[in-house]
Amino acid sequence: MRILVKKVLRPPTIGLSPMEYQALSKQISPKPTVVKNSIRAFFVGGLICMIGQIIINLFRLGGLTFPEASAATSAVLIFLGALLTGLGVYDHIARFAGAGSIVPITGFANSIVAPALEFKREGYVLGVGARLFQIAGPVLVYGIVTSIIVGLIFFLLH
Amino acid sequence: MFEMIIPAFIVGGLICVIGQLFMDLTKVSVTPAHVLVTFVTGGAILGALGWYQPLVKIAGAGATVPLSGFGYNLAKGAMEAVGKRGLIGAFSGGVEATAVGIAAAVLFGYGVAILFNPKG
Repeated sequence: MRILVKKVLRPPTIGLSPMEYQALSKQISPKPTVVKNSIRAFFVGGLICMIGQIIINLFRLGGLTFPEASAATSAVLIFLGALLTGLGVYDHIARFAGAGSIVPITGFANSIVAPALEFKREGYVLGVGARLFQIAGPVLVYGIVTSIIVGLIFFLLH
Repeated sequence: MFEMIIPAFIVGGLICVIGQLFMDLTKVSVTPAHVLVTFVTGGAILGALGWYQPLVKIAGAGATVPLSGFGYNLAKGAMEAVGKRGLIGAFSGGVEATAVGIAAAVLFGYGVAILFNPKG
């Protein structure tokens, strides 16, 4: 009887922040998800890169050099990533593939279109125009700053 | 037409696995934005050290399509421009080398956001 009462009156476990809860649940349900996620990321990410390679090869057949073909391929993949996001298809791919859909440049396109679409109702300047750079902005900031630092170090060393 | 697609698949897949492990094995607050920023910066640093170029040679799109390839192109552009034009190249080279990608991202991103409406 005492045990039963104890069970019923168990102190509530509210002293747990959502962050702690997530960390805890991650601890309890770990390895299989990590392996499964990695396999999915590998296949989808690899597939996107393979499609990229086929597009590069086609551009090279058309007479472009590798850097030109690579840049043109980026543009094509960005177009496809943006279009699939607009159609609502990329979300499904992302739910399945995780980083396999984030890391390729199609994921960069997705990160541009998704917030712009979501905040469209806030208008064409502060909604679409500003939110296009919600994630692309930090990417460009860190990428460009790093490239300038690299260039400056290269300049000083030569 | 199908040359190098197997190395592109394997290397591109492995780079994405690194991103997935970064999300799954680190603290909860790692978002896609953090993954993208890390890959661009990491690619630029590896490119500057000369460690990314061999990967591009071996795997082609497997190394250039992931966002680390964008970072690699930024760093490579900056270094090549410094070689040609000196100090000013450090500022112009990175953006020049990646201009096609940036312009395409702005144009197609804007176009799709205008033409489509949010789902759900």
